[in-house]
Amino acid sequence: MRKICSVIAVMIFVASGGVAVADGPGDPTAVKKEDDGKWLDKEGNPTYKISADGTVDWFTYSGYRRYHSDCHVCHGPDGMGSTYAPALKDSVKSMSYGDFIGVIASGRKNISTAQENVMPAFGDNPNVACYMDDLYVYLRARSTEAWGRQRPSKKEEKPEAYTKAEDACMGKK
Amino acid sequence: MRKVLLATYLGSAAALAVGSASANDELIKMSQNPKDWVMPAGDYANTRYSKLNQINAQNVGKLQVAWTFSTGVLRGHEGGPLIIGNVMYVHTPFPNKVYALDLSNENKIIWKYEPKQDPNVIPVMCCDTVNRGLSYGDGKIILHQADTTLVALDAKTGQVAWSATNGNPAKGETGTSAALVVKDKVLVGISGGEFGVQCHVTAYDLKSGKQVWRAFSEGPDDQIKLDPVKTTALGKPVGADSSLKTWQGDQWKIGGGCTWGWMSFDPALNMVYYGSGNPSTWNPKQRPGDNKWSMTIFARDADTGMAKWVYQMTPHDEWDYDGVNEMILTDQQINGQPRKLLTHFDRNGLAYTMDRENGELLVAEKYDPKVNWTSGVDMNKSSPTYGRPKVLDAASTDKAGEDHNVKGICPAALGTKDEQPAAYSPDTQLFYVPTNHVCMDYEPFKVSYTAGQPYVGATLSMYPPQGESHMGNFIAWDGKTGKIVWSNKEQFSVWSGALATAGGVVFYGTLEGYLKAVDAKSGKELYKFKTPSGIIGNVTTYENNGKQYVAVLSGVGGWAGIGLAAGLTDPTAGLGAVGGYAALSNYTALGGTLTVFSLPN
Repeated sequence: MRKICSVIAVMIFVASGGVAVADGPGDPTAVKKEDDGKWLDKEGNPTYKISADGTVDWFTYSGYRRYHSDCHVCHGPDGMGSTYAPALKDSVKSMSYGDFIGVIASGRKNISTAQENVMPAFGDNPNVACYMDDLYVYLRARSTEAWGRQRPSKKEEKPEAYTKAEDACMGKK
Repeated sequence: MRKVLLATYLGSAAALAVGSASANDELIKMSQNPKDWVMPAGDYANTRYSKLNQINAQNVGKLQVAWTFSTGVLRGHEGGPLIIGNVMYVHTPFPNKVYALDLSNENKIIWKYEPKQDPNVIPVMCCDTVNRGLSYGDGKIILHQADTTLVALDAKTGQVAWSATNGNPAKGETGTSAALVVKDKVLVGISGGEFGVQCHVTAYDLKSGKQVWRAFSEGPDDQIKLDPVKTTALGKPVGADSSLKTWQGDQWKIGGGCTWGWMSFDPALNMVYYGSGNPSTWNPKQRPGDNKWSMTIFARDADTGMAKWVYQMTPHDEWDYDGVNEMILTDQQINGQPRKLLTHFDRNGLAYTMDRENGELLVAEKYDPKVNWTSGVDMNKSSPTYGRPKVLDAASTDKAGEDHNVKGICPAALGTKDEQPAAYSPDTQLFYVPTNHVCMDYEPFKVSYTAGQPYVGATLSMYPPQGESHMGNFIAWDGKTGKIVWSNKEQFSVWSGALATAGGVVFYGTLEGYLKAVDAKSGKELYKFKTPSGIIGNVTTYENNGKQYVAVLSGVGGWAGIGLAAGLTDPTAGLGAVGGYAALSNYTALGGTLTVFSLPN
């Protein structure tokens, strides 16, 4: 539920500010960990945390899975892009966290005489809306090549607080 | 006196017959004229075979480009043009333009049709905004638009004769398939298996566009047009509620079973044939049961839509092995007996040969030796699991369960073959099959359904079989015995429809963009030419002014464009090895072009 509320808040922000090409997300170094297993950078934006032995934080792992269910059918495997949708591992380099969430929630259209690209709004789709931070963290790790083109094999355990929030968001008992 | 009366009687009977079946007779006759290409597969039997033989195995090496035409659209170009007399009809992906080109006058554009469609349909199309082509009947060109509008255009002027709405894109229903004109009806399927659509085949009146019947893939007997007693599965009546019993609760309402492949028709039996796609979602744990009649070959009465027989190839799908691929109808001898056959190369990696009259299963064999999810189909007629594939535990994503990653399943979700249609030559009695040679990891997890939103429920990654670097094969197949006769390696999946000809030459396209000609007997490569973009279209041939032409649409995209544009996940990358396969984007870029070939003057 908390996540849906924050989505709406971001959507309002986007609606008023528009989706401009913003600066990149800045230094990805993780400085703080929340109860649900999410790491934040010094700006307070979600980021990845990958140990020297290749263990990834829960959000990077979860983002990998969600990406390869709902995003890869247009944006290609591993955030690499397809013949008709941009490579998100590059897109997130020039988007702020807020813009990223805004585009997922409300979609975008890029229609020119040569191409018609349409990204749908996923704000109403819990399979995506409940996992926007997960997707962001995974793609941020891809954007810096902190994580490569493979499935994470070692990961932090799923925190209890995450499960609770996920169930609430997905409407489970 | 008696004689006069008899003559009058015969005359009126003949007139009646012409009146009732004219469109059908006209189309059958036209499809027998090898100079034209009047329906998506060339003929009702879906053989993609042409009697033209001016271009043959001896001279095909001299083939050259006669003319080209840019479609002005960048997305993936599936299907191929129709040729009727001096006019060629070319279609495009979204926005679904149609061009009529004058072959007798420098290929000038006679008319152009471009519908206005809401671009919001674009993201509800699963895998690119493809369209598989046009059909013809009664002086009309039939187009199935992305937004599911079925429109009939006057073949001479391009004016809209009628239009019908086949589905609702807001619920994830879209149009990608080509329609088939059968007698006085237009038959068309629908897409949306990744959006929880209850899919169907619908018949519209060719004259008016009015809906005549609709048959769903899953649901109550009246909705799926199955008769509990008369409709059979492997020779036995299907019984009441054969679909409902295999779903939990109301899940059939969002059950998928989409019908976006090719249809075929046997005028003598008056039956149409097609396959249904994957059950929704991709997470098998979420939909217990056989999920009938997803993944099924349907044989229906062409007039009423009632099913005569059904055969479910992949009960309770665990891998997204849609059953939509074409049904090729041939008459061949099996064990010395002439049989009316149906051959189908399924996504699941098995090629089925059946008796198309009664649905008897004759052959079910792997057409890629790497297929590893099954040990094969139970062919013992007295066995309780007769006709079912034996699923191996190591490849069962249902057995492993949600949140478990099952590795090394072959084929991948795109199947040993996808929609790219095979061809059959009566001269060699062989099928020519474009195939994918790709495996996958598949991890199902729980998803919730929202109308008009993706309803997928699995994570997957794809790569070539272990120890191999090529991702496709072009094979010749003997459908009577279920054996590969020859097999040519291709670096990428072969995603182009094949063409067999009486000249002893077989044509197909590659994802890098080559049009290739090979010897029908040996598979030896005789000619190749690199077109402007990767080919996912189907090769066509026709004759104009005494000259044979070969035509193909290039324009990379489709599902092939998703995975392969970036290169598939390299399972060895993490180990520091150098992959033997580079990304498709190193070979080709977007752009729709028709390239037409002929021999030099």
